[in-house]
Amino acid sequence: MGFCSVTTAAVSGLKVELVRVEADISSGLPGFHLVGYLSSEVKEASERVRTAIRNMNVSIPPRKITVNLSPAWVRKRGTAFDLPVAAALLGALGLFSPGRLEGVFLAGELGLDGRIHPVEGILPMVLEAKEQGCRIFLLPRENTREGALAEGAEILGASTLAEVAGWLKTGEGLYREPNRSRKNPAHGTGTLDIDYSDIHGQEGVKRATLVAVAGNHSILYIGPPGSGKTMIARRIPTILPPPGREESMELTKIYSIMGLLQPEKPLITVRPFREVHHSVTRAALIGGGRIPVPGECTLAHGGVLFLDELPEFSRTVLESLRQPLEEKCVHLARNQGSCCFPADFMLAAAMNPCPCGYYPDYRICGCTDAQIQGYLGKISQPFLDRIDICAEAPRVSWQALGKSSEKEWSSAVMREKVEKAREIQKKRFRGRNIRTNSQMGEKELARWCRVGKDCREMMEQAYEQLGLTARSFQKILRVARTVADLEGSTEIEQVHLAEALGYRVTDKKYWSGR
Amino acid sequence: MSRYDYWFSCLKGISGREKRRLLGKYRSAEALYYIEETRLKEEGISEKGLAEWRKRGQWEFQKKEEELKRKGIRLVCCHSPEYPRRLRELPGMPFALYVRGKLPADELPSVAIVGARQCTSYGETMAIRYGEALAEAGIQVISGMAKGIDSAGQRGALNGGGKSFAVLGCGADVCYPGENRGLYRDLQVQGGVLSEYPPGTRPLPGYFPARNRIISALADVVLVMEAREKSGSLITADMALEQGRDVYALPGAADSPLSRGCHGLIRQGAGILISPEEFLRETGWILPGKEKELAAAGAKEPDKNKKMLENTEKLVYSKLALYPKGKEELLLETGLEPARLTATLVSLELKGYICEKAKNYYSRRG
Repeated sequence: MGFCSVTTAAVSGLKVELVRVEADISSGLPGFHLVGYLSSEVKEASERVRTAIRNMNVSIPPRKITVNLSPAWVRKRGTAFDLPVAAALLGALGLFSPGRLEGVFLAGELGLDGRIHPVEGILPMVLEAKEQGCRIFLLPRENTREGALAEGAEILGASTLAEVAGWLKTGEGLYREPNRSRKNPAHGTGTLDIDYSDIHGQEGVKRATLVAVAGNHSILYIGPPGSGKTMIARRIPTILPPPGREESMELTKIYSIMGLLQPEKPLITVRPFREVHHSVTRAALIGGGRIPVPGECTLAHGGVLFLDELPEFSRTVLESLRQPLEEKCVHLARNQGSCCFPADFMLAAAMNPCPCGYYPDYRICGCTDAQIQGYLGKISQPFLDRIDICAEAPRVSWQALGKSSEKEWSSAVMREKVEKAREIQKKRFRGRNIRTNSQMGEKELARWCRVGKDCREMMEQAYEQLGLTARSFQKILRVARTVADLEGSTEIEQVHLAEALGYRVTDKKYWSGR
Repeated sequence: MSRYDYWFSCLKGISGREKRRLLGKYRSAEALYYIEETRLKEEGISEKGLAEWRKRGQWEFQKKEEELKRKGIRLVCCHSPEYPRRLRELPGMPFALYVRGKLPADELPSVAIVGARQCTSYGETMAIRYGEALAEAGIQVISGMAKGIDSAGQRGALNGGGKSFAVLGCGADVCYPGENRGLYRDLQVQGGVLSEYPPGTRPLPGYFPARNRIISALADVVLVMEAREKSGSLITADMALEQGRDVYALPGAADSPLSRGCHGLIRQGAGILISPEEFLRETGWILPGKEKELAAAGAKEPDKNKKMLENTEKLVYSKLALYPKGKEELLLETGLEPARLTATLVSLELKGYICEKAKNYYSRRG
């Protein structure tokens, strides 16, 4: 009879918990018992493991075999437990000395033929296990690159169970992932092959986007179908400052758990752009489930969340975005405890100005005022209040199509401007828990958005004439601060304020008449 | 007005024409209240009308009269001397009018300003301008208080210190559309609000073409400012022609669908609105000596912008018109930096020269 235990890990939400897989073979009624609060895909592991071992020409004796995944109160999901269970069983069968598994971490899914398939969540598992003292990591061959992102870990890749058994016996015969230097591009997702210079004309919208990105303001594009709203939004990541090493790892961890990494280039070095369809449910957007799974908000962490056709989204879905927009994370409360997913994203949204999309072009648009109001009425006002910048993406004229703005409005030039403005903001907010102008509260506004006499006069005039509210005014001040930062000005001047006013979100009731 | 008049005018199932005939024959509404049913039947009253007539016992004279008083509504029946003379020429003249404020005076000239509800800034500005000029010349302005052209013309007339009258497609005590509350209130002071429908009637689509016939009948001339092809405004123009009224149309941009109806009218021989003074001269309503004054008022309009504006603002303003123009188009035309253009547009907006019609679409303010 024998006993053997192996280290692996379970993922719940974005948290990783180390799990010991214990296998025991004893006399008693023959049977295979897999226990330890398992979801059904983990229970099915017993069938896969037994078949895979038999196909390796190792016979499993007719004894009572018990495999326990401890701690037993942690819910186990996913298929990464197959390989650890198989290894523990082989150990209990006495195929190798139990000391071999000291400090070794295993994870992987098994096929019936003994082949090892890749699994999700490798990077956070490896990082956590390394923290807790594991030295050697035995992973599916396809996952080794991802595992190697954890610096200083010894990563071994296996493609069959037989290879693993061989290594356990002799300590040889496995692929060893070379340790790469930090900047090896082979790890990264590379760069985006899109650029703002691809878009002709539209300079007004590009400028608005530049301001939005520089201060991390949420932006709403309004324009007729086919005017390039999505194209413009999709290019926002190209002008965001690239993520640093730590942020990259953070993003990669999230994407690893969601199974969205490319095995060849696992490290995420490009900020995410998540386009959400309007049929999205609340749970898919902010995360959900009995044991919470992150949603699109979290996948957009560090990048851009884009909502196309804004009026088509259901009200409750949009309302659910208010909390993450304010707190930069998603709190989900469940009866077995609450969890918090990061959700620090820039919000971009797009919509048509009216049901037909061509308002206010009276030559094409035939929508009545009632139709337009009905269409706009679908967007919840509290959500609209959280949008800082509003820009129109018009139908591009032929004249503008011919005009190339490659030099002035390429992503590289725009990004340089963004980085400069962000640097100023970083210095300004040092020692505070905010990073960008969009996060400024009352205190910060009072401190950094003081304006001169001429600006105050303009503000007063604008307040009266443009029908502003106190809330919209604060938004305008924040945007004006960003415009001033872009120009490298310490004071908010009249032109900055005027430009910010031009980006204001027009109150719905003023969207009429042409 | 006898207390039976109100009951009779509210009686459903009998047309206005029938009512007029019955009243002419039996002299008073009271007589028709106490008439024998068989006699009514002999008059050829429909079954539905008779059924309504039988319910006359339910009519609470006291309460109804007080309600009318409380709402400040007067009932003017067709046999009253107060009933507008122009309406008497209308074959389908309403049996009674419910009025808040005054009725248009028979001896003063009156002009109807009608047009699209969804108009451009151009149409709106022109409607205001014509309303003002007509009011200054002492002409009453009739319209339907609808959104767009109607209310712009009436607002202009009130601004010009004249009288204006709205004919509604609902009860005179119902303000439709709701956003014209201010205009509705002002009209009652500086003119009147009238309707052929009893108080409390909700606006129904079917009522509007019917009220259009009253608008054109109350006017001597009908001005169509902006109208799409096959629009309600053209129905008003047709009715005006049937009633022997003159029709004038305002020309617009050749490619504007909102002016196509007007252009069609002009082709059919309607008068062209070149300027308010020109119109007043043609109709002969202008007071001698007033002509120069009016011309001067019209001429001073274009150059009001020359003062107070800096060069960039002048450049941007010069590229704008009364039809809205997008920011991207302006960028191409002015060659300004996007940031600069945005700031300039806002400053022009704050100075009151232009307005933002939809996000990033600007047009001149009239």
